[in-house]
Amino acid sequence: MKAIVNVSLKAGVLDSQGKAVKHALDSLHFEGISDVRVGKQIILKLNETDADKAMSDVTKMCEDLLANTVIEEYEIEIIA
Amino acid sequence: MKVTILQFPGTNCEYDTQHAFEALGAKTEIVWHKSETIPSDTSLLVVAGGFSYGDYLRSGAIAKFSPVMKAVAEYAKNGGKVLGICNGFQVLTEAGLLPGALKRNEHLHFLSKHHHLKVVNNDNVFLKKLNKNDIVNIPIAHHDGNYYINEQGLKELYENKQILLKYSDKTGADKNPNGSVDSIAGICNKEKNVFGLMPHPERAMELLLGSDDGIKMLEGFLSA
Repeated sequence: MKAIVNVSLKAGVLDSQGKAVKHALDSLHFEGISDVRVGKQIILKLNETDADKAMSDVTKMCEDLLANTVIEEYEIEIIA
Repeated sequence: MKVTILQFPGTNCEYDTQHAFEALGAKTEIVWHKSETIPSDTSLLVVAGGFSYGDYLRSGAIAKFSPVMKAVAEYAKNGGKVLGICNGFQVLTEAGLLPGALKRNEHLHFLSKHHHLKVVNNDNVFLKKLNKNDIVNIPIAHHDGNYYINEQGLKELYENKQILLKYSDKTGADKNPNGSVDSIAGICNKEKNVFGLMPHPERAMELLLGSDDGIKMLEGFLSA
């Protein structure tokens, strides 16, 4: 199965890249954007076949390495 | 006095750091990150600057799992003195040996220039040769130097006098190059044996090269 991990800065932590991207979109006259957040996506191919086990493994990976929880939050999607 | 300097793949300030401490009369040894031990006669351990593991994922994120880092944590726990410069500071925050985190510079540019710093606290071995409110001129060279800590953490830094240096102009007025919380350039842990800063004192050892203010900083460790 596959795990898709999205890591982004926590709400309340200034996202300078998001701000710069929003500014660029504004200057291209794309309207109606109230906020832009830039994050990163990490895609893992797993040998695990149990979705719950995969979720708990990947959560541990996020806590240990994939995200710095001082400034970042993460979302995990497990795909069979 | 023996200064041990760590070297990860991508570290690039280990020889400058070695040169600086040897110029001050210290013995030095560069230790590769695969080592599971650090020399037993180490009196200061330096995590030098550079781009360990290419800054992949986050600056310092992968280096924190290098074999030597267990020995570093153990050394620090037993009261050994540890100094992280630039990428070394990032490694020490990632490893949880210092509080907070270093984010991308607020304006997203890589900075490489001399910058003035103000001494905020000198009741520690690192800055004891300097006075409070002294201004030093030290090079900075970083992309991820935007120090972040939450409100509660910041309060604790102030209460425990853990803030070492703040970015300033030459008169000591606040001047923030990268968006760091309260213009913080360097901190230490509560026990005051682990130090981290983004600026490079080892690059400020010769007046001919712009400043020798780094001497007074690094000397603090030698007379400990």
